[in-house]
Amino acid sequence: MISNGLVVAAGYTAPTVEEMHLPDFFQIGSFGFGKQMLLVLLSVVIVSWFFLAAGRKRAMVPSRTQFLAESGYLFTRNSLGKQLIGVHHFKPFVPLLFTSFFFVLVNNLYGSIPLVQLPSFSHAGSAYAIAIIAFLVWVGVGIKRKGLGAFFKDLTMPPGVPPVLYIILVPIELLSNLIIRPVTHALRLFATMFGGHLAMMVAASLVAYMATQLGGIAAVGAIAPTALGLFLFFLELMIQVIQAYIFTLLLAVYLQGSVSEGH
Amino acid sequence: MSYLMAAEEGHTNPLLPNIWEIAITAIGFLILLFIVTKYVVPMFESIYQDRKEAIEGGLAKAEKAQAEAAAARAEYNQQLESARLEAQKIREEARAEGEAILADYKQRATVEATRITDNAQKTIEAERSAALISLRSEVGTLATALAGKIVGESLNDDERSNRVVDRFLADLETEQRNAGATR
Repeated sequence: MISNGLVVAAGYTAPTVEEMHLPDFFQIGSFGFGKQMLLVLLSVVIVSWFFLAAGRKRAMVPSRTQFLAESGYLFTRNSLGKQLIGVHHFKPFVPLLFTSFFFVLVNNLYGSIPLVQLPSFSHAGSAYAIAIIAFLVWVGVGIKRKGLGAFFKDLTMPPGVPPVLYIILVPIELLSNLIIRPVTHALRLFATMFGGHLAMMVAASLVAYMATQLGGIAAVGAIAPTALGLFLFFLELMIQVIQAYIFTLLLAVYLQGSVSEGH
Repeated sequence: MSYLMAAEEGHTNPLLPNIWEIAITAIGFLILLFIVTKYVVPMFESIYQDRKEAIEGGLAKAEKAQAEAAAARAEYNQQLESARLEAQKIREEARAEGEAILADYKQRATVEATRITDNAQKTIEAERSAALISLRSEVGTLATALAGKIVGESLNDDERSNRVVDRFLADLETEQRNAGATR
């Protein structure tokens, strides 16, 4: 049976988006508190606890945990901050970049933790939230540093272009920077997490279906989706880390545009 | 029911956010940002700074120690050199002093020897003179007595006998001197 481009075996039900939104734990009016929200708040605790505990001793010769935490901190500070934003301007943005990277990283890695298995950003709202914050920060910083006029001039009028072209360029740049940029910033994160999560669910449900429903020798065929699932697991693990990096990298690039003089 | 069909129905469109998820995530993010800004970043920056200072301080200390060691060695070498010079000077002085003492003693010994020799010569001379004088008077007396005995009592006259003896002795001395000159 072929339905919506998917080959669906008779009796097999593919997992749906609803299954990614489990019932809320409790509900107060329209506010429902569910697993995803718990995980988001838990990530705040995990990140702050880990780094505060790891650095508490302030040892000159760090323990393994402290070394790990310091490496993580220096990674966001130097590779993302110093190198992208520039030596003179990066200092005030280190906390934001650090928070972005580890907040997204932990929330993504939830997808690879057995039993938890829910990357928080597979729920679009969370991705929108941090993309909005990122957008407000880089626009705010740009306006504050350059003034409103200069900020929009730098944003929409790249130098070295014949003035006539500005008629087309200005609307394109406005659209690209102020609308497409934040939307893609959010959707890139959301879509990769959502897609990965869905793919994992499909693989898992196929394993369950083939192993339990087909019966007999056909059940051996469940090895195929199991292998697929394992492959997807490691692929997802990689993507979860890479997306956390990309989200923060883009934020750093946007901030760099806001602090640098001209293009 | 497939995902696409669900999306078409709208109420489960995954792109439509739950407003509370936006709120919770934003709050969570901002709380974390606050904690990181207030505690985590200052902590790691101070660790980083402390370590940098410790390493730089250590290097500076090592450099200082090395410089001190070099200075001490230079001073030691200088002292050694000056001690060597001092020793050489002392040795030279001692040798010079020794030589001076030796020369002094030699000088003194020579003077003493000269003095002794002179004294001895003077004594000899005096004794000789004394002997000569006594001999002369004795020889005179003896000769007079002998001559008197031989010639008779005529030479008892003192004045005459003295004149004879003196002439005799003068002749004797002249002879002696001539003999000394020819010898």
